[in-house]
Amino acid sequence: MSEPGSPVIAKRGGSRAVAAFFGNPLSVAGLVIVVAIVLLALAADYVTPFPEHVGPIGDFAAMSAAPASPYMLGTDTMGRDLFTRIIYGYRLSLIMAVVVLAIATPIGVIVGLVAGYRGGWTEYVLMRITDVFLAVPPLVLAMAIMGFLEPTLLNGMLAITAMWWPWYARLIYNVTRAEASEGYVLAAETVGASTAHILFREILPNCWPSILTKMTLDVGFVILMASSLSFLGLGVQPPTPDLGSMVAEGAKYMPDAWWLSLWPAIAILLVVLGFNLVGDGLREAFEAEG
Amino acid sequence: MTPILELDRLGKTFEADGHSVVALADVSLAFERGECHAIVGESGSGKTTIANLVLGLMQPTEGEVRFNGVKLPGLRSRQQKRAIQLVQQNPLSALNPRRSVGASVRLPLDVHEIGPSRERAGRVAALLEEVGLDGEMARRSPRGLSGGQRQRIAIARALACEPELIVLDEPTSALDVLVQARVLQLLHRLRVAHGLTYIFITHDLAVVRAIATRVSVFQKGRLVETGPVEAIFSDPKTAYTRQLIGAVPVVTPEEAKLRDAIRAGSEAAGT
Amino acid sequence: MSEPVLTIRDLRLAFGGRRGHPVLHGISLHVRAGEKVALVGESGSGKSVTARLAMGLLQESPRVHATGSIRFDGIEAISGGRDIARRRGNRVAMIFQDPTSALNPTFRIRGQFRDVLRSGDRGISAAEADRRAEAALAEVSIPDPKRALDSYAFQLSGGMNQRVMIAMALANRPALLIADEPGTALDVTVQAQTLGLMSDLTEKRGTAVLLISHNLGVVREFSDRVYVIYRGRIVEHGTTAQLFAEPRHPYTRALLAAIPKISGGGLPDLPERSPEFESPLIVHEGCGEPVEARA
Repeated sequence: MSEPGSPVIAKRGGSRAVAAFFGNPLSVAGLVIVVAIVLLALAADYVTPFPEHVGPIGDFAAMSAAPASPYMLGTDTMGRDLFTRIIYGYRLSLIMAVVVLAIATPIGVIVGLVAGYRGGWTEYVLMRITDVFLAVPPLVLAMAIMGFLEPTLLNGMLAITAMWWPWYARLIYNVTRAEASEGYVLAAETVGASTAHILFREILPNCWPSILTKMTLDVGFVILMASSLSFLGLGVQPPTPDLGSMVAEGAKYMPDAWWLSLWPAIAILLVVLGFNLVGDGLREAFEAEG
Repeated sequence: MTPILELDRLGKTFEADGHSVVALADVSLAFERGECHAIVGESGSGKTTIANLVLGLMQPTEGEVRFNGVKLPGLRSRQQKRAIQLVQQNPLSALNPRRSVGASVRLPLDVHEIGPSRERAGRVAALLEEVGLDGEMARRSPRGLSGGQRQRIAIARALACEPELIVLDEPTSALDVLVQARVLQLLHRLRVAHGLTYIFITHDLAVVRAIATRVSVFQKGRLVETGPVEAIFSDPKTAYTRQLIGAVPVVTPEEAKLRDAIRAGSEAAGT
Repeated sequence: MSEPVLTIRDLRLAFGGRRGHPVLHGISLHVRAGEKVALVGESGSGKSVTARLAMGLLQESPRVHATGSIRFDGIEAISGGRDIARRRGNRVAMIFQDPTSALNPTFRIRGQFRDVLRSGDRGISAAEADRRAEAALAEVSIPDPKRALDSYAFQLSGGMNQRVMIAMALANRPALLIADEPGTALDVTVQAQTLGLMSDLTEKRGTAVLLISHNLGVVREFSDRVYVIYRGRIVEHGTTAQLFAEPRHPYTRALLAAIPKISGGGLPDLPERSPEFESPLIVHEGCGEPVEARA
């Protein structure tokens, strides 16, 4: 019961959200997974037993070796340590996710803010363009773009970015529409504040919970999307270690050399799961903050 | 002397789905400098439309709004915006929950470049103190503040613009009785101290009696009656005004006596 | 004097479990058959929570920890288990602040009215229900009851919806009507009309009313007896005449002084909060302990 005049001094919103997040064991588990993967990926050069296996050359004496010391997860068809390549694969996936989201989020957020606040024909044009992108299945769109461009890492990121921003535009458009009817926006208008101030200093701070939650959830999905593209041979090319390509490559040798695709698949599952748990935890925490 | 604000044959019609709704029809009214002019009416009376037209949030379909004798254009200059401020009904939504109290009060100072920027923090504290709050409150989030505290902050923000006219849109109707009494006193004090003019929009006639100097009664988009507050309450001229006063739930014998006299008057007038 | 239909004794409540945020600190009140009693207080005082508990609406929430006793017709609502509302059947009815949102927007009034009447009389035929609904709507001065029955809530004005709510609430002849801020969302003239209507109808039928309100004026015009509640405690209790003629508790006095009056006069310089407001309960003469609710 938060009625005006209530004698209870509410906790600052932030600390309540933090308490809610850490009070949820699933969010904490997700955070542990995410932090572990990020740390491993960052320190890949030091924590992996065979960093030289990143390139095309492996241990030719132990090609397609089943999991056993010193290759705890086994080796691939070129004799390269799977554990090493998975960690480097993580590094690449995370870089992709960060770059894609770092470009797609601001574009989507600005489109959503402007369309939601200005209304009228601005809203009509921006949101119809957004809808066109949203109407095409993402993987199909990315495949179309990749079929048209060279299958390089950069183009892969470009393709994913192109299909990612509309989701942010739609999300922020809805948040902005709701916020724009709040009294504090009217107050800023009557005080004479500029549109830029109202969009970025008044409304945007109230979008952060939605943006952060979606970004966290999306890291997993971008990685999944990138893996799907490379699984289809449209993404990163050999010898760069990539989780999706590893699953695709290993699938040819199923079920005999099961470890070739099983470990990378579990790796993808883990990272997607980790970011999803954190994202869900964040959403609930922001809701608790109210 | 020129009135501070004039509504000249003002009208507003909304077009919706092929048929039009008249929100305000042919309203001419002058607001004198320094008065607290109450705009009274029930829902659909047009009182909110007047607020929106005066603030420039809507454009009239007929007539014009003149401020200090000058017609206000569709797109107002920053100076024109600054001179007319608003205090809203709902104090819970009027402050951005993700900006500090100080940032909200400081906004007008930055927008209109009032005073050197290094002195603005001090000015914010002074404004908060003027509305009866601790200057330290600038650092706090509006979360957890009471409705009364938030409404005082909203008043401080309006004052920061150094306006000539403030539109008060049901400023105390969301507040508890004891809080309302203090906010009404604050508003009265500020009007006298700063020579402000108020347009006080409300449905509560008892509040009007307590704070207004002049009253205009609206019904269905039309001005029904206007006059000094004493005259409206001692001798209402129209049946509608009598009906409004007659419907107020009262708490003292004096009030009951006055109300019964007004009810009797309307029966005598055959309405 | 008739015996109470509703007796609340030492009602305590905390949100967020036993050690949670306390809201009620031992509320005791009673409503006798046919009597109109008001519980008046500001927001956050606990008046609406008390009404909801009395109605049996909050008990099932896991976040609510309530102790004490609420007896209606000999049925205990605090420790009585999950099906309080059903066991009381139509003996208690409630009217809410916003009539438009209390009615279901997706069904016509006719269907909703039939459901209400069927809950009181399972065997009632559709034709009989419609006949009774029309009569009930006519009784609350709805000009064209047939047309109102065929309308959806959003097609009627706020005042009309409020009348429909009153007609529905009284349709099964409840012994007690709990009215939580009735008409507050409506215009003053409409509010005055609906309160008058509610007063006449309940008087005619001998229905007891517990009125929850923040508006002392409404309370003065409507009720026979008043409890003033401040921060989860009853601070003053008396007949309406006693309380308004001679308010004795500092909080009641402050409230009465702080209300703007149409007869004019300045507003006093009063604090919004004061330790004085927490001083002990004052009960006016003749308003002492009630007899127990009939078992």
